[in-house]
Amino acid sequence: MFQRFQQSRWPQLLVWVLIIAAIVAAPAVLPVFRLNLLGRFLSLAIVALGIDLIWGFTGLLSLGQGIFFALGGYAAAMYLQLNSSSGFPNGIPEFFGLYGVKQLPAFWQPFHSPLFTLVAIWLIPAVLAAVLGNLVFRNRIKGVYFSILTQAALLVFFNFFNGQQKLINGTNGLKTDVTQLFGQMVGSPEMQRGFFWFTALMVIAAWVFVRWVVRGRFGDVLIAIRDDEPRLRFAGFNPTLFKTIVFAIAGGLAGIGGALYTVQSGIVSPQYMTVPFSIEMVIWVAVGGRGTLVGAILGAVAINYAKSLVSEAMPQSWLFIQGGLFILVVTALPEGVIGWWRSDGPRNLLTRLGITRRIGTYPQLELDGQEEVQP
Amino acid sequence: MSAPLLELREITVSFDGFLALRDLNLSLQPGELRAVIGPNGAGKTTFLDVITGKTAPTEGDVLFQGRSLVGRAEHRIARLGIGRKFQSPRVFEKLSVQENLALAVSRPKQPWPLLFGRLGGQERERVHHLMGIVNLQSRADWEAGALSHGQKQWLEIAMLVGQDPDLLLVDEPVAGLTDEETDLTADLLKSLAGDHTVLVIEHDMEFIRRLESPVTVLHQGHVLCEGTMDQVQADPRVIEVYLGTSEEEQS
Amino acid sequence: MQLLFESLFNGVAIGSVLLMAALGLAIVFGLMGVINLAHGELIMLGAYTTYVVQLIFKLPAFEPVYNLYVLVAIPLAFVVSGVVGILLERTVIRRLYGNPLETLLATWGVSLILQQFVRSVPLATAAGLVLALVVGFSLPLVLPASLLEGPRARLVRAGCWATSALSGVLLAGGLASQISRIARATSRNVDVTAPRWMRGGLEWADLTLPVPRLVIIVMTIVSVLGVTLFLNRSVWGTRIRAVTQNRSMSDCLGIPTDTVDVLTFGIGSGLAGIAGVAVSLLGSVGPNVGGSYIVGCFMVVVLGGVGNLFGAVLASFAIGWLTDLIGAGRLLTLWPAMPPPLAATVQFFATTSMAQVMVFALIVLFLQFRPAGLFPQKGRMVEV
Repeated sequence: MFQRFQQSRWPQLLVWVLIIAAIVAAPAVLPVFRLNLLGRFLSLAIVALGIDLIWGFTGLLSLGQGIFFALGGYAAAMYLQLNSSSGFPNGIPEFFGLYGVKQLPAFWQPFHSPLFTLVAIWLIPAVLAAVLGNLVFRNRIKGVYFSILTQAALLVFFNFFNGQQKLINGTNGLKTDVTQLFGQMVGSPEMQRGFFWFTALMVIAAWVFVRWVVRGRFGDVLIAIRDDEPRLRFAGFNPTLFKTIVFAIAGGLAGIGGALYTVQSGIVSPQYMTVPFSIEMVIWVAVGGRGTLVGAILGAVAINYAKSLVSEAMPQSWLFIQGGLFILVVTALPEGVIGWWRSDGPRNLLTRLGITRRIGTYPQLELDGQEEVQP
Repeated sequence: MSAPLLELREITVSFDGFLALRDLNLSLQPGELRAVIGPNGAGKTTFLDVITGKTAPTEGDVLFQGRSLVGRAEHRIARLGIGRKFQSPRVFEKLSVQENLALAVSRPKQPWPLLFGRLGGQERERVHHLMGIVNLQSRADWEAGALSHGQKQWLEIAMLVGQDPDLLLVDEPVAGLTDEETDLTADLLKSLAGDHTVLVIEHDMEFIRRLESPVTVLHQGHVLCEGTMDQVQADPRVIEVYLGTSEEEQS
Repeated sequence: MQLLFESLFNGVAIGSVLLMAALGLAIVFGLMGVINLAHGELIMLGAYTTYVVQLIFKLPAFEPVYNLYVLVAIPLAFVVSGVVGILLERTVIRRLYGNPLETLLATWGVSLILQQFVRSVPLATAAGLVLALVVGFSLPLVLPASLLEGPRARLVRAGCWATSALSGVLLAGGLASQISRIARATSRNVDVTAPRWMRGGLEWADLTLPVPRLVIIVMTIVSVLGVTLFLNRSVWGTRIRAVTQNRSMSDCLGIPTDTVDVLTFGIGSGLAGIAGVAVSLLGSVGPNVGGSYIVGCFMVVVLGGVGNLFGAVLASFAIGWLTDLIGAGRLLTLWPAMPPPLAATVQFFATTSMAQVMVFALIVLFLQFRPAGLFPQKGRMVEV
């Protein structure tokens, strides 16, 4: 019954206790700069949870999550810019003046409303994901074709946002750190501390939500889609619908993550929609362990922390490390760290190192006595 | 004679000019148990593909309970009451036996009820009942991928039964099973007929004989003849068709 | 009329670069089912090879034949990218056959490493390394079998690698001492100067056709014809196609499937190298040069239909022509009296990057009607 032992709750509980302890202790221990970084990484963890939902459970590898991430960020930034632009000419954000734009473009108008913005942050990415996803899924385009198309879509959105100065400030992006919210500077340490707490809460909320989605028969259907989609059709389920829904959920989560990331990094720009960044997101989940939600969170935070540390010390080497990580996790650690732990990895490692000896029994002997032996 | 449950009318399927099925006519009465045999390449699997919507016929029409199936998506055909077991067992390997069956018996197939609803008591009972039939209670929490070949075959048959379709299409249910299991499968299928309509494709002649059902012989995408097992085996055309491959069938 | 020709020529020019870049990918993806995200970096290696060759030809000893450097660069780029591709296949991709998504991620990792490699390793050293690899791999193929299997086999093999290492070091040292520009690592973009005969344009029917574009078109035609002939006429081409269609059966027939994999991947990668030569003629060469082509390449493969070279040809010219049509706002020139709202829309998309937006939208629209591309694979095998 080693399977049971391995999947027992205590390691997972322990991980959770550690995560929560770290989050609670962080504001007291970390300097503001580091705390802000951690807050950003936690917002990335929300994106990673969405990727785990679509890739880890449903088998859809999206290389375009940056689209939804950036859209969430832009929605938040547009509201903040409007909220703080009364002092500028024409009462519109300052950058418009650089391009001689006198009137606010129509699509900016609704972002005057905070309520609209709060909804738009997740709804716009979710709806876009649903539309894009449905166009692809209903033609039964799947596997790598889906990945390639999402990547192409990402490039398209990048081009669009990068090229439209007069609409969205093009390649410069929208700054948020000097904008006002609740009468305070968004970039101020107090506000940043508040965002950190809020992000931490949102990570837990997102985890609870995704876990609820993957539990029960809905989650079983997702796994069945990953295992054998055509077979599922013959059982009367319509995979297109399920895939569209989870892709939309992942898009919405990416949007929320993007908004939180934007207010903590102080800017949103087309750089959030570059091809490498979106693939990087996938590796967070892969390293943590796909199909294990905790793994997605841990992976996102750990890899980004490693990235910032390595980049500070030896900026040249991070791409080598990251590239190696991609190769390593795919060839040697396909289930990620959490999956490796659950599938007896630590014990195997100890055995291989000669520290403990493997006890070999026939599988049948490890079962309860009441088994009927079947051929 | 009552209206047939399933009727194939002059079905032709062409793959780039190769005729997998040509002018195939076949009808099944409600409650009937029917065996379909034929040498390799006779179009047996394509024939199931056409019924279940995986392959669109180039010509002809498929009627189920009077409604045409042509042009409908697979999952809609399945919801009309047609279930299929595949040639090599196809179960969801990363789901447990119990979860596999729960998906099959699940009445709602739409996302929202599955997301918000829980497995009902009746459905749970059905899952346990099905596991009892195929003798997999002790494996309820096993990943289906860890089952033996025979157990997978049976799990898939149980899933098919759990779907509770009016028409069961069973493709080679006893490939890789022991004699004892083969007999049990034959009994199971026979007991299902009556309430359900069952169409079985098999290579195993002994198994077909045990089913005691009418037999349809396919050859080169065409119905060669129909009748009881004895009639069919005496038919000179069938002997001629099978002669080339007779070693395989007798072994 | 002239407008049409100009547009057509531009379309063919854009399309042929795209086709050249996508050709290797179409082979590797179509025949092996491997998604190689490092394909763009193999193109980059080809471009850097051209750069190094060009610098060598600027040395006094080669100065008289400087104009011919492109002819040397093409086969050399083929070899360099091919060898790196083979190395990639042997070490990483081979373990991942049948797992396209995993291959995709692993090859992305490789592409990151290659990008950083050209940034932080001097080109002279890189050239030496490549030479060492080439010699190390090819020596055992050249030497007589008796030496390799004799009692001193180990010694011979060690000797091979020692020779290769030595030649690599010599080349690296030699290049670094002669050409100071590649003695140190740089992440800046470099420029390849075209040979004299390639500068300027050809005047033809009121049109100026830039010579580099013409050269690329010719290179593309030759490559496509060569690949087609190789696959359809040669023994190894037949073997490659056999393995694509039925791997285990080919194994049983005694086709060395392992060698076929290496060969297919090597050719696909080598073609990326040739594409690199083409790319270097159009603009400056940098570590990111490949990345800008990779998405377009995949679009060609998706639009053309997998495993169909003719589809890839048609798709790249279609994409090229559409890009020019939209990106240069040709519709507006054709029909100046366009109603203002439509004209504004055309204007809006009349930049290269916005044209890309439009072309992608059109491709997605097209896939709604033909999900498997222009020339889908047919028959029973498709599901597998």
